[in-house]
Amino acid sequence: MIKLVDLHKSFRTQKVLDGLDLEIEAGKTTVIIGRSGGGKSVLLKHIIGLIRPDSGEVLIDGTDITRLGDRDLNEIRKKFGMLFQEAALFDSMTVGENVAFPLREHTRMKEEDIRRTVADRLNAVGLTGVEEKMPSELSGGMRKRVGLARAIAMQPQIVLFDEPTTGLDPVMTEAINRLIIETQKNFNLTAVVISHDIQSIFTVGHRIAMLYEGKIIAYGTPEELKASRNPVIVQFLAGSIDGPIRIM
Amino acid sequence: MNGVSASVDRLGKVVLENVEEMGKIFLLFLSVLAWMFRPPLKLRNIFKQMEFVGVKSIFVVVLTGTFTGMVLALQGYHGFKMFSAESLVGSTVALGMTRELGPVLTSLMVTARAGSAMAAELGTMRVTEQIDALYVMAANPVKHLIVPRVIAGFLMVPLLTVVSDFMGIVGGYFVGVHILNINPGIFIRNITRLVDLNDIYSGLVKAATFGLILSLVGCYKGFKTSGGAEGVGRATTEAVVLASISILVSDYFLTAIMF
Ligand SMILES: Nc1ncnc2c1ncn2[C@@H]1O[C@H](COP(=O)(O)OP(=O)(O)OP(=O)(O)O)[C@@H](O)[C@H]1O
Ligand SMILES: [Mg+2]
Repeated sequence: MIKLVDLHKSFRTQKVLDGLDLEIEAGKTTVIIGRSGGGKSVLLKHIIGLIRPDSGEVLIDGTDITRLGDRDLNEIRKKFGMLFQEAALFDSMTVGENVAFPLREHTRMKEEDIRRTVADRLNAVGLTGVEEKMPSELSGGMRKRVGLARAIAMQPQIVLFDEPTTGLDPVMTEAINRLIIETQKNFNLTAVVISHDIQSIFTVGHRIAMLYEGKIIAYGTPEELKASRNPVIVQFLAGSIDGPIRIM
Repeated sequence: MNGVSASVDRLGKVVLENVEEMGKIFLLFLSVLAWMFRPPLKLRNIFKQMEFVGVKSIFVVVLTGTFTGMVLALQGYHGFKMFSAESLVGSTVALGMTRELGPVLTSLMVTARAGSAMAAELGTMRVTEQIDALYVMAANPVKHLIVPRVIAGFLMVPLLTVVSDFMGIVGGYFVGVHILNINPGIFIRNITRLVDLNDIYSGLVKAATFGLILSLVGCYKGFKTSGGAEGVGRATTEAVVLASISILVSDYFLTAIMF
């Protein structure tokens, strides 16, 4: 279980997280929504210890990772997979080497097993025969899917997805959503998904959390959120210009 | 009065920042040492960097070495001719190359070629979150990215220096013997008589130190890059400037210690 307690984070004078509390249930998919630039990626990076909060706690299975040293933090990170918003593929390595990286780093698998696993993971995200390509030779959407394959390569217990379907066509969006749903179910994953795509939110999420002005202002099942009367949520889900969320 | 104290203030700040930076680079060096001896060493990464730093620098090093030797011969000749000691041109070229110009020019060329590239590569990896991706996969960036580069710098700059020394002497021989008509036997004999192995060793010790400096500085500057493409550009420039200055300053102290 992941528990965030009273997180505060500012960059210079800009408050991004302002006393954020959130409990992410194990074995479920939690979708985080919120306006662009609202701090969703920053929140995700707190969960895996890439950013340390100014104050507050990040509890992973009861351990506060904000106080851990590098070695202990690394042990915790082995439970995680993460898809970055811009995929963050290693551009000096081929696609195959990228997906194989965590396997080579943390397992003693034989080379042929690695090759097979890599092909499996790439197939799962709808890619075949791209192992020898360099990331710079792929389209944005393909890079994202390779990032996804790399994130789930080790079959981690917790996977953080930063906008897995942004920039994909509708068919591929649906396919990736199915992939997330299925991997989540098959491996009983704890998944945290950031998404802007209203339709995906409701198909993928067991729980939905809305981040607004540095806090989680609503949390619940998709049905509960749809039924919410909170004007911020109503406006956000309807995508309307009128309401408490101001454009600028 | 105020203007003076303000500029003293600024000077103090600059000095403090630089001392702090030196300290951080030294800490990076210690962590490189610590990770270097923790298996498994990724030999493939090391060889890749050695190829990049070493093999691909040979051409520029050959060129700079040759012309430096040629210039040394020419300048030395005009000087020595005044008291008819032209025969010393050979040993002057050889001593100048092995002790000083071989290591210094080679490492400055490698700084421009490879040190800058290290800063740019690591800087790009930083701003595109590839370094974060390493952390997330519980892989240490110092071990994966910096150790291979520092090893490559430490090993390849001395090797390149040997090439540079040799080419400098060849260039000096060509100018001395074929253009200035110095007797080839005397040219060579003076080199073997006046240059001993210690001159070459001390030059190689310098080269290894400079190789360490340029790769550490390049990696350090790249690693702490922030601010997009502009930040990468800044990191690259700073790496070249800081590495070049450090090489020249440490050259003085190494010379003072060794001779
Ligand atoms: N390393 C950083 N340094 C300074 N400011 C940062 C940093 N990272 C994020 N920010 C700021 O924090 C705010 C939140 O950024 P974040 O990337 O979390 O937004 P987001 O909710 O993921 O937006 P999007 O949906 O567009 O990806 C932004 O205003 C951004 O400028
Ligand atoms: Mg984001």
